[in-house]
Amino acid sequence: MTDLRELYQQVILDHNRSPRNFRQVPNANHTADGDNPLCGDRITVWVRVDGDVVDDIGFQGTGCAISQASASLMTTAVRGKPVADAERLFAAFHAMVTGAGEPDRATLGKLLAFAGVREFPARVKCANLPWHTLHAALQDTTEPVTTE
Amino acid sequence: MTTGVERVPSGAATAPAFDAERVRADFPLLGRSMRGKSLVYLDNAATSQKPRHVIDAIHRFYETLNANVHRGVYQLSEEATTAYEWGRAMVARYVNAPSPAEVVFVRGATEGINLVAGTFGRSRIGAGDEVLVTAMEHHSNIVPWQLVCEERGATLRVLPMDTHGVLALDRLPGLLSKRTKLVAVVHVSNSLGTINDVRAIVAAAHERDIPVLVDGAQAAPHGPVDVQALDCDFYVVSGHKMFGPTGIGALYGKRALLEALPPYQGGGEMIASVTFEKTTYAPLPMKFEAGTPNIEGAVGLGAAVDYLRALDWTAVAGHERDLLAYAEGRLREIPGVRLIGTAPEKVSVVSFVLEGVHPHDIGTIADQDGVAIRTGHHCTQPVMDFFGVPATARASFAFYNTRDDVDRLAASVWKARELFGA
Repeated sequence: MTDLRELYQQVILDHNRSPRNFRQVPNANHTADGDNPLCGDRITVWVRVDGDVVDDIGFQGTGCAISQASASLMTTAVRGKPVADAERLFAAFHAMVTGAGEPDRATLGKLLAFAGVREFPARVKCANLPWHTLHAALQDTTEPVTTE
Repeated sequence: MTTGVERVPSGAATAPAFDAERVRADFPLLGRSMRGKSLVYLDNAATSQKPRHVIDAIHRFYETLNANVHRGVYQLSEEATTAYEWGRAMVARYVNAPSPAEVVFVRGATEGINLVAGTFGRSRIGAGDEVLVTAMEHHSNIVPWQLVCEERGATLRVLPMDTHGVLALDRLPGLLSKRTKLVAVVHVSNSLGTINDVRAIVAAAHERDIPVLVDGAQAAPHGPVDVQALDCDFYVVSGHKMFGPTGIGALYGKRALLEALPPYQGGGEMIASVTFEKTTYAPLPMKFEAGTPNIEGAVGLGAAVDYLRALDWTAVAGHERDLLAYAEGRLREIPGVRLIGTAPEKVSVVSFVLEGVHPHDIGTIADQDGVAIRTGHHCTQPVMDFFGVPATARASFAFYNTRDDVDRLAASVWKARELFGA
């Protein structure tokens, strides 16, 4: 159970059960779809960028606890932040779950809950999907995103 | 037992006991540990483990028999050819084909279906025609027909099923017409476990002279098949799902049909004579086997059949039926579990969902306990859509599984429920 508790931390279980910002964003000016067809995780991210700040962000989708909690925590982490900070968080998060060096604790904050994911290679793509989708939305990529 | 996947009569208590522990010793991989525990392998519908008999046969082939087949005049090539054709004869016996010439080696069930789509489809299906599949087909028995239909201007029709995962056979006559050129049906559903009444489907189709292809990938692992009793026109199996190696499978086809069809791929081995003006083709089955075939695969599959034929299938059926009933019972005890696929006639496959916990999370939690199950859509997205779930967790049992394996699975599902506070 120890390893499992490290993966399924309380904050992850909480965000899975009650996802934050699980909604479309009115007047969103950026959006993207993420789809991992083999595993069935699907997500849509809506962002309203005002100037260079993520003024509002929301998501909807279905998937495992890791993907849903990752999307939910992502929205709380980037909402109200400059776009450049959101991209920096994306890079730090990606490095953490893929096990590329020690996690950047100062930058990641609450997102450190996902540090355990790197011990579960099959689940890295679940944690990453929302972030890649956000990145695509900010870059106005029209192709659906996948991390499979 | 004729189809190999019929259930033993309900007086099964008197059936001879099956010694699963003894057969487990024949499968080296089942002895390994996983995450500090003994491995519980419950993903047999994806691929099965291999008995030492198969592993040794492949080993022996390369150490003593390896040469190209149907080519050399030297003895080694003759011995390799004999071994390869022995594999074919074993498969023919396992599915009760009238002759080995009606058994074509392919890479697996998927290629078998594609072979029929590429030959029968391209020569017999035209604009305005229809191909009938069922609501519970694997993607491999949907997509090849969609490709044919797109290319030929034909239409794909679908025989529906009910909420237990039973095909609505009463709808079958209404879906068969002069336009129907082929019926393609799965013998046993990989995601629901349903055993379909293939004989009835074949009979209905044959009344209108419509040939039937049967996808037997999930039936063959549960016992010998009788293509003559089913009277189907094509039947496909995958070696790796029936305890043989990967990369080998077989297509059975009725001789008259196979002879009338154009070749599948061109190349060596499949010809009688070649000039730049005209090529004549080899007789069955070589007409459909262009290029050097998967010789070790044929030998390995032959060995798998050799192993399977030595089993007491009445006892196996009783054992698998016990595993299915026990697994369904243990899972139903867990609040929030819903079984997907509750047909009265099933093989030992249990798909389920747990309220509040996504199947992938169940899969990860089970894996931590050394229990290997499949999670996802199982290459049957239309089935998932029908039942309104994005995915299921699936435990698929082979004859070497035990009630202890079921207990380990149930404990993991309870743990998932506890962890998620579901």
